[in-house]
Amino acid sequence: MSYIKAENLTFEYKKTNDAGDILTTRAIDGVSFEIKKGSFTAIIGQNGSGKSTLAKNMNALLTPTSGKMIVDGMDTSVQENVWPVRQRVAMVFQNPDNQIVSAIVEDDVAFGPENLGVDPEEIRRRVDEALGGVEMYEYRKKAPHLLSGGQKQRIAIAGAVAMEPECIVFDEPTAMLDPRGRQEVLQVIRNLNARGITTVLITHFMEEAAQADKIIVMDKGVIRMEGTPDEIFRRGDELVEMSLGVPAPVELAMELRKRGIDLPEGIMTTEKLVEELVK
Amino acid sequence: MIRDITLGQYYPGNSWIHKLDPRIKIMATLLYIVALFVVKDFSGFIVAFAALEAVIILSKVPRSFIWRGLKPVILIIAFTLLINIFMIKGEVLVQFGIFHITKEGLLTAAFMGIRLVLLIIGSTMLTLTTRPIGLTDGIEALLSPFKKIGLPAHELAMMMTIALRFIPTLLEETDKIMKAQQARGADFESGNIMRRAKALVPILVPLFISAFRIAQDLAMAMEARCYGGNLKRTRMNAMKLEKRDLAAGLLFLVFLALIVLQRILM
Repeated sequence: MSYIKAENLTFEYKKTNDAGDILTTRAIDGVSFEIKKGSFTAIIGQNGSGKSTLAKNMNALLTPTSGKMIVDGMDTSVQENVWPVRQRVAMVFQNPDNQIVSAIVEDDVAFGPENLGVDPEEIRRRVDEALGGVEMYEYRKKAPHLLSGGQKQRIAIAGAVAMEPECIVFDEPTAMLDPRGRQEVLQVIRNLNARGITTVLITHFMEEAAQADKIIVMDKGVIRMEGTPDEIFRRGDELVEMSLGVPAPVELAMELRKRGIDLPEGIMTTEKLVEELVK
Repeated sequence: MIRDITLGQYYPGNSWIHKLDPRIKIMATLLYIVALFVVKDFSGFIVAFAALEAVIILSKVPRSFIWRGLKPVILIIAFTLLINIFMIKGEVLVQFGIFHITKEGLLTAAFMGIRLVLLIIGSTMLTLTTRPIGLTDGIEALLSPFKKIGLPAHELAMMMTIALRFIPTLLEETDKIMKAQQARGADFESGNIMRRAKALVPILVPLFISAFRIAQDLAMAMEARCYGGNLKRTRMNAMKLEKRDLAAGLLFLVFLALIVLQRILM
């Protein structure tokens, strides 16, 4: 069953230049796709490929210039649907500093449910649970600016989880983190998906995309490829053409296969590769 | 280094005073300041001092923190004292040249000095024992009756909350910009005051731009989390008055009554 569905979606940014002319830039050009309930989808593409714009269309922060975005059966361009859509599809942004509202961790996590008008006891329960889920419960009374990037990003994720959404869109959540922070955040994302939350991960790290059930490759506002990580990475040459790469373990496995070493398909991680080689 | 600054000057604690409802504390502080101006002689200050001392002991805030709050204003106090000592006419005690110290001058100076010190310590106790968020929530609640005449109480409190949250972020940003410019040879440390002030202008421009960018990001993040003003908002820590708040309120009324009585009787 599809949860998010784009039908021939086009989005244009309008900008007025100094001379007063209106310039339009087409960020997304007639895109159609479906995201299944409970799935883990990665959207990859270079800077300017339209992947972030696409993400913002999924929870009505932006609405299509033409075409349709349907979330849980609701058209995002209909004004009455905006709040229900945002409650169902939460979003986590790239910069952890610029999305935390309050000077105390637990107050920030409570911000979403407070906006939804949830009862105080219920907010308390959700905040504790969300903070526990990202392993940040013991930091609940701390000030966010004293935490590391990965910790701040986990707080932002807890803030999204506390709204009890059915889907979370992660817009390059690891782009500003160090390798350790990236690991932590990715682990949290996988756990959430395992609990049944539909996950959309916008990224330009191939290693992260490799963990998804399905990858959508965007280039210059259109979808160039769509499929399982295995299917996508097999077309490595096309990815390189779009200035994207293939994860190192996948590339190594491909090269080894070419040299006659018998390896099964679907190797995405270093651990898996090592395991297969040791056999 | 820049990350260690404390917000406001809250001293974390779990005392009776810390646990009081922020609304009670804000109102009490305001009325305490008014009471200090009601007092007209030294005996009134004894009552005011005793009340403040009781609050300090109950709050368990170390005295060094309280002194720290007083330090920045010591110059102002000293200046007030000097002006009063030398300018007030009356019975001359000491005379040198055109300067003379009068008995009335000394008394008024002492009186003003005590009033100022009590006033500053009194308001410091509010910020020392109340979390910044508690303060903004309290102010929002106290201002909400004025919503009827169009005062945006919730919006004001939200602005204060966000400002508190972003002070450290903007300080970090400033630090980053300064380091980036120093790396390219900018000099912030030498020259006279004018030159140093001029050197700060190139920091302000990128800082403003980055503040606008942060504001834009934050607005989008808030929208994504369904923020739509105060229409149907609830609060996780809804403030409600406990027994101790009523007790504190009553004790404070006793204090006010004592001050007023003293003024009438003396």
